[in-house]
Amino acid sequence: MNKVVKDVEQALEGVESGMTLMLGGFGLCGIPENSIAQLVKMGVSDLTCISNNAGVDDFGLGLLLQGKQIKKMISSYVGENDEFERQMLSGELEVDLIPQGSLAERCRAGGAGVPAFFTPAGFGTEIAEGKEVREYNGKPHILESALTADFAIVKAWKGDTEGNLIYKATARNFNPLMAMAGKITIAEVEELVPAGELDPNFIHTPGIFVQRIFQGEKFEKRIEQRTVRPKE
Amino acid sequence: MALDKNGIAKRIAQELRDGYYVNLGIGIPTLVANYIPEGIEVEFQSENGILGMGPFPFEGEEDADLINAGKQTITARNGAVFFDSATSFAMIRGQHVQLTVLGAMEVAQNGDIANWKIPGKMVKGMGGAMDLVASADNIIVAMMHTNRAGESKLLKECTLPLTGVNCVSKVVTNLAVLEIRDNQFHLVERAPGVSVEEIQAATSGDLVIPDHVPEMNLD
Repeated sequence: MNKVVKDVEQALEGVESGMTLMLGGFGLCGIPENSIAQLVKMGVSDLTCISNNAGVDDFGLGLLLQGKQIKKMISSYVGENDEFERQMLSGELEVDLIPQGSLAERCRAGGAGVPAFFTPAGFGTEIAEGKEVREYNGKPHILESALTADFAIVKAWKGDTEGNLIYKATARNFNPLMAMAGKITIAEVEELVPAGELDPNFIHTPGIFVQRIFQGEKFEKRIEQRTVRPKE
Repeated sequence: MALDKNGIAKRIAQELRDGYYVNLGIGIPTLVANYIPEGIEVEFQSENGILGMGPFPFEGEEDADLINAGKQTITARNGAVFFDSATSFAMIRGQHVQLTVLGAMEVAQNGDIANWKIPGKMVKGMGGAMDLVASADNIIVAMMHTNRAGESKLLKECTLPLTGVNCVSKVVTNLAVLEIRDNQFHLVERAPGVSVEEIQAATSGDLVIPDHVPEMNLD
């Protein structure tokens, strides 16, 4: 089944103000940067964005925050973004902070048809407020519900015309989980190849989870913390 | 003399055992990887999705797609593997990781830890810390004994929003190694040249002091 769309404009057709979006990536690693640029261009607002981080002030989801396009963020860590912290502390931005593992599992559950699950993470903390607690194996666990989105927007290294995806290194992170949890999943890839060119043994996301795929025009792939050691 | 950050990391590295899978948090814990004792093999897990994390890349060889949980560019050792975030936290929640080292703003004598939020002032988020502390059996906190205002970070009860309850088993600070059990801090070792009185004065929680408190051996 051919999932290819012409470009980023076509890929994001139907994204409207007020929708819930999932965006893959950890920090600036593995973020769908072409699609984020297009969301800025489209000017959609009142978005609920589910993404582990909120980018930095001038890249990634930080760009949508700058334009006040986001109403609510569902994330686990926002420490790199001053504008995020400012909007959150001033009450302009609604924020739901979730433990990273719970966020990942809630996306996975959303895509896998599991409506909720019990996890020990967050028991005894403010995260647990209002959540059902049950003891399993002598330890308290809290009930967390699945997450889904109107659109899931993910970034992969290679993809084929069937929507099968392969990620590179730690740019995988949340992408495969969010790909499963979108009503419509958009994949932007660095390299789009004909079906048959990717070895089926090494595909990370089966194309069934992907509705639209396109090759990104360019990837800046900004590095957040450039750490190196001198050549010996 | 009180230890610096590298000294704390060096002391924690003595807790590594052959065959351990280890998760190192951001900050001082990251430095532990520089002091692996000779003759043992450990693998470092970073919760953004790598097992078998290697040192920083040589200059010019950085890869934007290869980072650790602190968003620093890293390398992958031979035998390394990449995985998605749900698999990563399956390793953590499923207790397949033998040692977790992380930083803290406050630790209480019952093992509670706070390290993610100062209400009204600082909100960075918990990242993976809540998942890590809720599941790991062996948690060592690496931190300074006091905060910038000179106040003790080892308390009877945490004052900041909690990250986890009854979970910390050991704390290594610039002044001392302490174990947590029976709702008390137990002084185990002191930093070279640091007196028991200094440690007592910097500890606001209940501190059990044995007759003999050896100095850390960092050679």
